[in-house]
Amino acid sequence: MSNEWPLWEVFIRGQHGMAHRHVGSLHAPDAELAINHARDVYTRRNEGVSIWVAKAGDITASAPSAKGPLFEPSNSKVYRHPTFFDIPDDVGRM
Amino acid sequence: MYAQEVKSTGKGVKSLDEMEPLERAFQEKVNADIKIEPKDWMPDGYRKTLIRQISQHAHSEIVGQLPEGAWITRAPTLERKAILIAKVQDEAGHGLYLYCAAETLGVSRDQMTEQLLSGKAKYSSIFNYPTLTWADIGAIGWLVDGAAIMNQVPLQRCSFGPYSRAMIRVCKEESFHQRQGYDIMMKLCAGTPAQKEIAQDALDRWWQPSLMMFGPSDAESVHSAQSMAWKIKQDTNDELRQKFVDQTVPQANYLGLSVPDPDLKWNNEKGGYDFGEIDWEEFFEVVSGNGPCNADRMAARRKAWSDGAWFRDGLMAHAHKKQARNVAAE
Ligand SMILES: [Fe+2]
Ligand SMILES: [Fe+2]
Ligand SMILES: [Fe+2]
Repeated sequence: MSNEWPLWEVFIRGQHGMAHRHVGSLHAPDAELAINHARDVYTRRNEGVSIWVAKAGDITASAPSAKGPLFEPSNSKVYRHPTFFDIPDDVGRM
Repeated sequence: MYAQEVKSTGKGVKSLDEMEPLERAFQEKVNADIKIEPKDWMPDGYRKTLIRQISQHAHSEIVGQLPEGAWITRAPTLERKAILIAKVQDEAGHGLYLYCAAETLGVSRDQMTEQLLSGKAKYSSIFNYPTLTWADIGAIGWLVDGAAIMNQVPLQRCSFGPYSRAMIRVCKEESFHQRQGYDIMMKLCAGTPAQKEIAQDALDRWWQPSLMMFGPSDAESVHSAQSMAWKIKQDTNDELRQKFVDQTVPQANYLGLSVPDPDLKWNNEKGGYDFGEIDWEEFFEVVSGNGPCNADRMAARRKAWSDGAWFRDGLMAHAHKKQARNVAAE
């Protein structure tokens, strides 16, 4: 039981104009068959108009422990949101 | 249910004060309904319990194709055949979503397959009963998928992200399964006396095994309490079983079929049905490998695995060759 097919991550564009979204993973010997399998496993009910597959081993993920250093700095930058600024009603729509 | 024999570490549930900081932070996340993702820290027991539960669930979906698959060539019309193929194909998909969810916890697909084929891993007892007539296909969709839905709907809120997301996909597809089964039953019950008779016979045979799907009464189980604290499980086996009976009896009445239980009676006080004792001896026999079809099911899975080996290996060899060619051409 050694010759296991590698794992692929599957991304599907649900509708035209939308981004591809990760939907799950599957095993396949190569990219072409990964697409075929993804069609069968993840789009049996018209869920997609386009499929991407990437070898799971080729994906680099951020570590859960890096959550603080990566994402906390943006917490203090509230001025990046439009609601930070009070604009008087008299100015009209902005 | 689809994982009837899941034992978590049976030491009783710890309170937050008894926990080390990591475990405590984990439990607080679970309590706050924040999903646990594969790379997050988790207690060993949580990981082990989930691997067992998710892989048993996956095995059930895969083995579950066999009883219904047996009727694909004998479906009464081309339309029924196409519907049954689609239903069985969905179950294969469910197995695949679930295997992938389990793999995120560090177990490989081949390890899980090996555990199923060696008999070490369990699958739901329900799939060890034979499908004798076309009405059994109706009864399975109606009762077995009905019971599965009852169990899987709360699992959508499971604390482990990949399992919860797999369950959301599965639940979207299950309703079709139950309705196509009930539709078969409606057709049969509106048919000739002989057709109605096989419908009643199928209900007679599938009723008890369907109730057993929820697993033994968990009143006394430590394991169940731990799984609930971890939010791997939301309701007790008995609560789900009661819900299933209350929902299904009126559906049987609508069909004009009688539920094979002399003790079945509406209980006004509890607002639900009382029902007879389940034959747990039979349940444990089936779970431990002595049901009517256990040997057949395992033989079919082993044959599929070994007959497919040359094909899996061939495709892998082809992929390696193609890759080598591409590298050479660069
Ligand atoms: Fe399923
Ligand atoms: Fe199912
Ligand atoms: Fe199903």
